[in-house]
Amino acid sequence: MAAAAASSTLHGVGAVASPKPRSAAPAAARRSARVAAVAAKGGAGPARGRLVARNAVAAKADEAAAAAGSKSGGHEVLMFEALREALIEEMNLDPTVCVMGEDVGHYGGSYKVTKGLAEMFGDLRVLDTPIAENSFTGMGVGAAMKGLRPVVEGMNMGFLLLAYNQISNNCGMLHYTSGGQFKIPIVIRGPGGVGRQLGAEHSQRLESYFQSIPGLQMVACSTPYNAKGLMKAAIRSENPVVLFEHVLLYNLKEKIPDEEYICCLEEAEMVRPGEHVTILTYSRMRYHVMQAAKTLVNKGYDPEVIDIRSLKPFDLHTIGNSIKKTHRVLIVEECMRTGGIGASLRSAIIDNFWDYLDAPIMCLSSQDVPTPYAATLEDATVVQPAQIVAAVEQICQ
Amino acid sequence: MAALWLARASSQLARRAARRLPPLPSRHGGEPSPWFLGSSVAAPPPVLGSPPLPPLERIARRGFCSVRRFAGESSAAAAAADEEEPENGFAGGGQAIDFPGGKVSFVAEMNFLPESHGERISCYRVLDDDGRTISGSRFQEVSKEVALKMYIEMVTLQIMDNIFYEAQRQGRISFYLTSNGEEAINIASAAALSIDDIVLPQYREPGVLLWRGFTLQEFANQCFGNSMDYGKGRQMPIHYGSNRLNYFTVSSPIATQLPHAVGAAYSLKMDKKDACAITYFGDGGTSEGDFHAALNFAAVMDAPVVFFCRNNGWAISTPTTEQFRSDGVVIRGQAYGIRGIRVDGNDALAVYSAVHAAREMAIAEGRPILVEALTYRVGHHSTSDDSTKYRPVDEIEHWRTARDPISRYRKWVQGNDWWSDAEESELRRRVRKELLQAIQVAERMPKPPIAELFTDVYDQIPSNLREQERLLRETIMKHPADYPTDVPV
Repeated sequence: MAAAAASSTLHGVGAVASPKPRSAAPAAARRSARVAAVAAKGGAGPARGRLVARNAVAAKADEAAAAAGSKSGGHEVLMFEALREALIEEMNLDPTVCVMGEDVGHYGGSYKVTKGLAEMFGDLRVLDTPIAENSFTGMGVGAAMKGLRPVVEGMNMGFLLLAYNQISNNCGMLHYTSGGQFKIPIVIRGPGGVGRQLGAEHSQRLESYFQSIPGLQMVACSTPYNAKGLMKAAIRSENPVVLFEHVLLYNLKEKIPDEEYICCLEEAEMVRPGEHVTILTYSRMRYHVMQAAKTLVNKGYDPEVIDIRSLKPFDLHTIGNSIKKTHRVLIVEECMRTGGIGASLRSAIIDNFWDYLDAPIMCLSSQDVPTPYAATLEDATVVQPAQIVAAVEQICQ
Repeated sequence: MAALWLARASSQLARRAARRLPPLPSRHGGEPSPWFLGSSVAAPPPVLGSPPLPPLERIARRGFCSVRRFAGESSAAAAAADEEEPENGFAGGGQAIDFPGGKVSFVAEMNFLPESHGERISCYRVLDDDGRTISGSRFQEVSKEVALKMYIEMVTLQIMDNIFYEAQRQGRISFYLTSNGEEAINIASAAALSIDDIVLPQYREPGVLLWRGFTLQEFANQCFGNSMDYGKGRQMPIHYGSNRLNYFTVSSPIATQLPHAVGAAYSLKMDKKDACAITYFGDGGTSEGDFHAALNFAAVMDAPVVFFCRNNGWAISTPTTEQFRSDGVVIRGQAYGIRGIRVDGNDALAVYSAVHAAREMAIAEGRPILVEALTYRVGHHSTSDDSTKYRPVDEIEHWRTARDPISRYRKWVQGNDWWSDAEESELRRRVRKELLQAIQVAERMPKPPIAELFTDVYDQIPSNLREQERLLRETIMKHPADYPTDVPV
């Protein structure tokens, strides 16, 4: 698919330092980013300053360098709008793209990602399904085998555990077991991750559970820019792709290009180039890392922050280049300690880049507990910026 | 308006009839509870592919059979009837209340719907046990050519099953499962479909693929997992698949293909194709969650799917008495708002007619249809099973001989002077020979090369799999004695 992949690996979202000029990737449209505060739901408990990161990192609007190669000013969107733009564009381009899920039609989706689509494309192409995740995912598999390109929405990623059978035994497998006769170009997406007091069942991190499934590709978006780009790429991919969105990031605001672009599914995103330590992260933890990065810079450290974006397969090229430069790795993830993405990433780094490491790989993950409801407890289960700062200090000793 | 009157009249008749009937003995032999008013009248005969009844007649008919024992109307019939009737008048004699889902009339007496109709839904059959058409039966005519092809393929399927089963016993293939006793279901249903209809099998329907033109050699190649297998040696035997013949690759987990069928039908609907999806499953498969949800989805979405249940009495060792408490599977269609029919699965002409009609309705009316074919699983569940452990040998023998669908159909074909004993032995000899040859050829063919271990996981091989392949090749090069010689590297 030779799309105009504005491969955006070198976005410098220089939140804290002026981005170093990069020779490669001239077409990467640098965009100004004003990352708004994450919608703070009825904030429970006093924010004890440093301990609890209630807001995402607010970058200064004039921080980014002049847009190179951007033809127009771009337009501001919230993350859910970016996802929606991607859907609309792809549905206009390709009549086989369709959407199915609970309340995606006239209700417009629980997070408004599909708002207005049913009016635009009709309620057959934007299909409201009864509540049976295993079955509408199965339906998506059947439709894909027959030539459609369904985008299946799980209202919350956690509910897709009910669809695990279809995803593992059929979605991931049928291309292989049919000898390549049937392909399954399906996109499975939905909000996941730890939110604000949503309770354990609504705070699942399914990337841990799905990462073993052969045949599946997994990506996690974290900004409106990459959300739109990844959604488009996922729809165009011939493979089944799981697109992980995060409940707390839907209201992030950013200016994205007016012209069409897609992001490469297998590429990681350089968030902040640096020299001292490679911090690998994705999704919401990216913002905790960038918050910690501010503190770290003040303390004299120069962390390199990479949003890995592609959870399966890992972009070992970008990651490897970084490790060869910094020789120290910290992984910051929202998955639980046991069997998470961090565990696999650590293993892949050891296999491939052992000789370049000057220190053991550190991995910060969520606790191995169901996510509690109480806000203070919930905050304690996920990684907070203070821990990230402490970890970097430890690694760099 | 006449239809309206008819609805009212027949529902009043229903109520009077209900009051006259004696109470059904309760399950535990005690006094029936005061709320349980009695037994039923027989369900109306199944619709034989005739054009759909106008809505009110359908309600009247349903009212007559389902209302039987209440003082008022059944809520479903009432709700449906109410859509057509004027606001203020209602035959029930009561007033209607408005709730999400429609109007229902209400009654002052508390009555529970009984758990069963009392009498089972009757079964459509065309041929009697001696292969003669039952007088007065209505069925879809078949030409001599099609009728003969059906017979020939049924025999071919039987022989194929026997020989592959023997091959497994001899250790030449690792696994097999037969469709013994279900040849009529396999072939007759396939004959009633068009090649554009999408087939989503469970695993006991190779006959559908056979009908469509899959050759004995192609079957053998898949069972032996050789380099000519379309599945590239990746699946167990009998997990056939052919996109060319619109037969989705078999996937072992039970009933997962039912939602796939709804998705495939959805795709056909989008393309406005003159075709339906048909999916097969056993009695055991109806216990899976996917069965429930797929039927529900199909009904809500008006998807053109034929849900074909092979109720063969056994799910490995679980008999249907332990699988469900309902009157088989056909009765459940109504719960989802799906039209259904129960058919004698060992009667080729009945199966043919039912599927023919079901398909027409599914496509013309954009609705799902449920077909329950009653039959018997003559063979063991698979080569990993010995069914004599859980069922009597004479029961198996009875169904294998006296109730064999092939000999029954043969009597009809020969009765038309379309077939002879001489042709029979010639056919069996020829098929057997072809099969043995196909097996020999398949066995000698090389297996897929190592490279095919890593292809088709994704559309392009990703770097991590390339790396794994490289490591595997290195290992094989270093230790060739530990690896089979007949697998090309």
